[in-house]
Amino acid sequence: MPLADYKQYVAMDRLPSIWCPGCGNGVALKALALALAESEIPPDKTLLANGIGCSGRVGDYVRCHRFHGTHGRTLAFVTGIKLVRPEIKAVCLLGDGDCSAIGMSHFIHSARRNVDIVTIVINNFNYGMTGGQFSPLSPYNMITSTSRSGKAEPDIDMCKLADVAGANYVSRTTIYHVAEMKNYIKESLGKKGFSLVEIVSPCPTYYARYNKIGTIIQQLEWLKEKFIPIERYNEMNNDEKENFFWRGILINRDLPDLYQHMHKGVEVRKR
Amino acid sequence: MTIKKLLTGNEACAYAAVNAGARFFAGYPITPATEIVELCSKLMPSNNGVFIQMEDEIASLAAVIGASLGGTKAFTATSGPGFALMSENIGLAAMVEVPCVIINVQRYGPSTGIATKFSQSDVMAVRWGSPGDHSLIVLAPSSVQDCYDLTVEAFNLSERFRTPVILLSDAALAHLREKVEIREPGELNLYQRKKPSGPVDGYLPYGSLHNDVPVMSNFGDKHILRVTGLVHQASGYSSDNPRVAEELVQRLARKIDNYQEELPAPFFYGRQSADLIVVSFGISARASLEAVNTANNEGFKTGMLELRTIWPFPSKKVKELCSGAKKILVVEANRGQVREQLISCGIPPEKLRGINKQNAEVITPSEVLSALKEENS
Ligand SMILES: Cc1ncc(C[n+]2csc(CCOP(=O)(O)OP(=O)(O)O)c2C)c(N)n1
Ligand code: SF4
Ligand SMILES: [Mg+2]
Repeated sequence: MPLADYKQYVAMDRLPSIWCPGCGNGVALKALALALAESEIPPDKTLLANGIGCSGRVGDYVRCHRFHGTHGRTLAFVTGIKLVRPEIKAVCLLGDGDCSAIGMSHFIHSARRNVDIVTIVINNFNYGMTGGQFSPLSPYNMITSTSRSGKAEPDIDMCKLADVAGANYVSRTTIYHVAEMKNYIKESLGKKGFSLVEIVSPCPTYYARYNKIGTIIQQLEWLKEKFIPIERYNEMNNDEKENFFWRGILINRDLPDLYQHMHKGVEVRKR
Repeated sequence: MTIKKLLTGNEACAYAAVNAGARFFAGYPITPATEIVELCSKLMPSNNGVFIQMEDEIASLAAVIGASLGGTKAFTATSGPGFALMSENIGLAAMVEVPCVIINVQRYGPSTGIATKFSQSDVMAVRWGSPGDHSLIVLAPSSVQDCYDLTVEAFNLSERFRTPVILLSDAALAHLREKVEIREPGELNLYQRKKPSGPVDGYLPYGSLHNDVPVMSNFGDKHILRVTGLVHQASGYSSDNPRVAEELVQRLARKIDNYQEELPAPFFYGRQSADLIVVSFGISARASLEAVNTANNEGFKTGMLELRTIWPFPSKKVKELCSGAKKILVVEANRGQVREQLISCGIPPEKLRGINKQNAEVITPSEVLSALKEENS
């Protein structure tokens, strides 16, 4: 597959981006563009919808349809879009704060309804846009600008949540694992129903600085070492698990999506 | 075909929406708007439309905005507490210029208030509930027939102006059952949003304006659509340029406020240039009209103004029609929200008297009549 194809999705003339040097958002955008190109989804049938946050700005650098609404609500908007335009391939790219705090209920309900949406969560463990406050996904005890002595609340695993809520596809990877990231996105683009690709991403300006993770190279090495394949992770005992996170594909199934359910329902109601 | 039916206000709204071409409803049950939600769960699928019950009113309006951006006429219905939750997305719809209709069936508030009871106290909330400078359109029906006609009009105006339009109904109208003439789609003048026709390359979603309203494509169309609630340029990409911001925000107001003659005009009943004029809207206008007719039959000389478009407030028309009056009675079931507007129009406060009721019951004709007689004696 020729690499250059991805540029049909990227507004190269709008670069450079607003993101800080070393930020993961641009890397994720390129993986998404590559996955779209390899899946041969035409830009006029592609919708990139974003949350509000640094990651939400990816839409400013794309050439496909783009939606950017209110903080946390992206999945609800796109549910409406998909119900009237099912032929659109909809990708919702959301920040960890956007989807796990203010947008948590829409996240659960979209997975429960199994709406045909590819959801990419850029998990940089904090609210980048507003200056590095903790999000529900910031790990316990970590330093942020609203938890200077360590976050006092537990976090939550959005992948497990998407699983129990009813999503068809759930995976997690990191910005370091570029090929895997593109492959997971591509795989989810080929699915019907709700897909989640959680991408753990560096925020050098806040999270990595507050937690002294080091240079951007050290941050990438941290991602490489800490995020281990799910199979290996599952074999660890609980004490070992404390020091690692899993990555890989958690769920891959083909339950009927919302659109299919609704159309079945219409036939019943029309009788 | 025009058919006659006995309907409630809520039912009339739902049938009107279908006949106006709405094919998407998203909502969350709330008294006294629930019947609209329930009826739409039947009407939408049986007309090849979509009904979805969302997790809350924030998501409901979000789904409506999404569906509309997909090219389908879409609406929701709610009451005070739900309307409050919709505020942020109303601002978004205004900012990114999405046609959509919100039916607010007012109930007694603040807060949960008395869920089943009536008030007209959302006049200011519907206009100013969402932060930021923008205009929007609010229409107030005073009969079940009006619920039908103004709902159709609400869809037309939302498509014409690419703006949220709010139908300000209330708990009394919602459950009032009256005869309605239903003009079916063939008999209705229906306005469809303009669509771009030029070359796909270089298309600017906010670039070509028709009467200050952008000619926008829909998601999934050949012309790529870019929508952001950030201040945006003609291309739809965001911008923080002060000139771009100023021009955008001024146009959002201008595109409606400068075209007010296209909005439903107030009705004037009774004596032109009367000394005493009653101003009212919604169900209170029904009581007021009956009082005015009774009074005039008894030899009084009273005029009456029924507001149908509440926002943008028809200041010019109101001032014109009220300029000769010595006394103006403003009849509304709230603390005087419309009366404030008359003062803003430049009508001296001492000419105004509010007939206000805040006990969750409708204002009756006899209450208006006795006020009229007091003023005349
Ligand atoms: C209703 C509302 N509340 C708060 C904000 C302020 N706000 C903007 S972005 C953001 C958090 C973003 O964090 P995240 O979703 O993790 O995205 P990131 O910037 O880290 O990519 C917040 C709280 C807002 N825009 N809207
Ligand atoms: S603040 Fe963090 S998330 Fe935001 S652009 Fe900078 S590095 Fe990226
Ligand atoms: Mg974040």
